[in-house]
Amino acid sequence: MLTYISRRLATGLLMLVALSMLVFALLRLAPGDPIDAYINPNVAMSQAEMDALRARLGFDQPLPIQYLAWLRAAVTGDLGFSIQRNGVEVLPLVLERIGPTILLMAAGLAIAIMAGIAAGIVSAVRRNSATDLGLSVAAFFGISSPAFLTAILGLYLFSVVLRWAPSGGMLTPGAPFTVGDLLAHLILPACLLSIGHAALIMRYMRASLLEVLNQDYVRTARAKGVKEFWVIIKHATRNALLPVVTLIGSTIGIAVGGAIFIESVFNWPGMGLLLVNAVDTRDYPVIMGATLIIGACVILVNILTDIVYAAIDPRIQVA
Amino acid sequence: MSAAAIQATVVRKGPIARALGRFALNRVALVGLIALVVIVAAVLTYPLWWSYAPNQIDLRALNKGPSASHWFGTDGVGRDVFARLMQGGRISLLVAVTSVAISTIIGFLVGAVSSFGGRVVDGAVMRLVDLAMTLPPVIFLLVLASIAGTGILPTILVISLLSWPVLSRMVRARLLELRERDFVIAARGMGAGMGHLLLRHGLPNCIDILVVYATLQIANAILLEAGLSFLGLGIAPPEASWGNMLNAARSTVVLEQYVWQWMFPGAALVITVLAINFVGDGLRDAFDPRSEL
Repeated sequence: MLTYISRRLATGLLMLVALSMLVFALLRLAPGDPIDAYINPNVAMSQAEMDALRARLGFDQPLPIQYLAWLRAAVTGDLGFSIQRNGVEVLPLVLERIGPTILLMAAGLAIAIMAGIAAGIVSAVRRNSATDLGLSVAAFFGISSPAFLTAILGLYLFSVVLRWAPSGGMLTPGAPFTVGDLLAHLILPACLLSIGHAALIMRYMRASLLEVLNQDYVRTARAKGVKEFWVIIKHATRNALLPVVTLIGSTIGIAVGGAIFIESVFNWPGMGLLLVNAVDTRDYPVIMGATLIIGACVILVNILTDIVYAAIDPRIQVA
Repeated sequence: MSAAAIQATVVRKGPIARALGRFALNRVALVGLIALVVIVAAVLTYPLWWSYAPNQIDLRALNKGPSASHWFGTDGVGRDVFARLMQGGRISLLVAVTSVAISTIIGFLVGAVSSFGGRVVDGAVMRLVDLAMTLPPVIFLLVLASIAGTGILPTILVISLLSWPVLSRMVRARLLELRERDFVIAARGMGAGMGHLLLRHGLPNCIDILVVYATLQIANAILLEAGLSFLGLGIAPPEASWGNMLNAARSTVVLEQYVWQWMFPGAALVITVLAINFVGDGLRDAFDPRSEL
């Protein structure tokens, strides 16, 4: 188990390095001279001065050297300065946005897992019934509708027409912080974020449970006289959950994508909104920092799901 | 008819003909196909039968709701929403089809190089694909879009650069299996070059993967384009696209009071994507009868 974990961590680290190279290379391909970001447009600057500045910042070095210098700074937490936001440091800017995003994604994922698994069980147990058909059609719509569309539609329906939920932001501006206020702002975006994921989980859960329900040990349990409810919950569902766990891990990237759209529709002050605004204003240091941190989080979650999967499924050979 | 004759007619049908036969029996897929044909026909021919142009401004009809002359209403500068919807459909479909064509070619070539190129190349390419598959596609989309800028060509470029990794992995698996088959070994023994092996043996044997993948990927590409344009990073106004029409709903006034300006493009998007997904799923089931659940 220990070797398995350390090997997964090592590949994760390699992927992170590859990601940083990719992001660095992509952003150096971007149009414009990186030196422009450091020049005050109101002060005239001669070519010699610009060359001196270029040399001082290391932009005259070959790209691999520049990359190493950037990487050395990055691992010590120095991700540079924002070009657009009056030169604030990137790292604190990104860090203060992580909390809200994790809150939103955790809530959305929790709702998606509960709703998706419950719907999958109902669908599989009552297969080919009207309920099953209804849930499957709903899942098809859930998978086919993009996050930004469900976000707009949900915003319109629940906060404009029905006035059940506030229309954006994380807290009521000016009001003192209360958990109730936070929850009121959280519930709608989290539910909308969960739709696509719940649909995916439901489909997998249904397929996996249908397979398990045909196994011999399920028939044995029924023959022993175990109540149908317990057969489904204890014998079938527990085993059917295994592939669903991997699904949750491998689709976390899609959930991050959905969160970006939900955040920008609901003005949720998270990483997604930060990244979209940075892309809008071509604020490359922020784009780079945010991409790296998001990538690192996704890689970490993937490693964690692999480890959880190995821990709950004794059939997996971890050696 | 004698037994031998029946045998002969059964044998004469190739795998593709049989797959199309199975597809024709799939009612859901046929509904999707019909919807798709109607949408494509309407989008392509609309200038012939619709009296407004997408960028024609009618100053006496700003933000007017649906009526007999403007079926889907008008937007904030008096442009006809229906005409923009049709023009937007053209752009969305153009971007999606072109980028899928490019990414299918990239995916096939990468898969081919990976399976025929030896262990080192294979390992390096597949790790790259792993990386691309682990990371959130939307993040890459945003990073690429920040470099490429807005417009039709950059959007096509960004989407096609993003969509090939999954396909290349499927092609690689198929070609690895194919490489060991007798007819490929025979062709090699007779001195066939790489081009011949890939185009005469590899391509025809991957056609089912490519068709199914390309179909489903068109739906994905439409969603990616709409997402990018929705964030203001894809197709820029005044050019219409379903995504940048939906972008109008980010303004509270439009969201609350001019519902028709964003609800129709949203509906068009979902209907088109659903239709393509129905067709794609139908094709997948038709090509692989074992996948039936």
